[in-house]
Amino acid sequence: MKVALIKYNAGNVQSVCYALERLGVEAELTDDPQKISTADRVIFPGQGEASSAMAYLKERNLDQVIRDVKQPFLGVCLGLQLLCTHSEENNTPCLGIFPQLVKRFIPSADGQEKVPHVGWNSIENLVDNPLLKDLPDARHLYYVHSYYATLGEGTLATTHYIQDFTAILHRANYWAIQAHPEKSSTLGEKLLENFLALPST
Amino acid sequence: MLTKRIIPCLDIKDGRTVKGVNFVELRDAGDPVALAKLYSEQGADELVFLDITATVDKRKTLVDLVTQVAKEVRIPFTVGGGIASIQDVYALLAAGADKISINSAAVKTPQLIDELAKEFGSQCVVVAIDSRQMDGVDWVHTHGGRTATTLQSKAWAKELADRGAGEILLTSMDHDGTKAGFAMELTAAISGALPIPVIASGGAGSMLHFKEVFTSGKADAALAASIFHFKEIGIPELKMYLDEEGVVVRK
Repeated sequence: MKVALIKYNAGNVQSVCYALERLGVEAELTDDPQKISTADRVIFPGQGEASSAMAYLKERNLDQVIRDVKQPFLGVCLGLQLLCTHSEENNTPCLGIFPQLVKRFIPSADGQEKVPHVGWNSIENLVDNPLLKDLPDARHLYYVHSYYATLGEGTLATTHYIQDFTAILHRANYWAIQAHPEKSSTLGEKLLENFLALPST
Repeated sequence: MLTKRIIPCLDIKDGRTVKGVNFVELRDAGDPVALAKLYSEQGADELVFLDITATVDKRKTLVDLVTQVAKEVRIPFTVGGGIASIQDVYALLAAGADKISINSAAVKTPQLIDELAKEFGSQCVVVAIDSRQMDGVDWVHTHGGRTATTLQSKAWAKELADRGAGEILLTSMDHDGTKAGFAMELTAAISGALPIPVIASGGAGSMLHFKEVFTSGKADAALAASIFHFKEIGIPELKMYLDEEGVVVRK
């Protein structure tokens, strides 16, 4: 199986490669449109800032490449946010694959809930979907983010932090996870395994 | 719900795990990669590696170690020790570290925190504060606790948050290695006043100490070393205890 990891100015892509290696799959980190459109799976990792990431994608025409992808596609963390319609992070228009908006967490008034949302939190309200098949009992994923996607069409699971937000998304051949599955122990590994096992299109 | 994090810390010297008492006497506690994997499998929420011999010629050893850990463990980890530049951070993140921790360099050049936060995002910038109390005032120390500064810990913590630090790793040097409990007042004062997470460190000796630091200490995460390395407290039993005591943890 050929897995393309979209190369852009995002941090820590290496850990996604290692997580795939542990599942016996070698991924190629690439910004070559040809390689991305002919891979069996495409993963859009992320960690970083929305406006500079979008600018980087546009300069290389990767925004169009992502919109044109036909095979199973997985956005992770900032990858999820960039697939939404708009991000409050520096008021950035995003790719518009999903109708969700990306907003900044507002710390709770009592100071109990801080921003960024860092750590292990549970996924809830799971919708039946091949990505969520046969999950282990553990329901926690590792999160590090200051912005979240609102709830809406395509929300497959929610997480609660200050309010409910979209944890996992799906539309057509696009899936996305706000947490870091590559760093989320058994549950994260199962989500990646399920993504790799999706039927090719 | 967001869970409280349990973080074993591996102090690394020449590629081995060591743990000292009050930062001085060092004992060998084993192979860091094997320990990291064990803790990951036992349910540790994160790991911290602190290279306490981080000299320039040893830097490559650390990068190799980070690569090995990143391949083997499925939880996030932070690497610290001797990081002084954007280039140092690039090398460690590229090898697979999720976050880096800086201390002395941040005191020497506070602007570095702003630069790192801008370059890599706040989420991967942990700033460590080694704090020691003298005449009732908490002072920041650097260089593995050997050098006192004129910065007060609480004010410095506030400045770190303002400059874009993503988390604060707060070690009480007075409590470190004593197993007498975390520095509750200091931790609560800093964690309660800041909009970013605080990892409490130094003094863990019993399961009760963890419960205390998560409740009245207001910590978001708690870090410990020797009690885990020398199997005095197991991570699964600690989590079970915290859960029974009403502290939300990942099981």
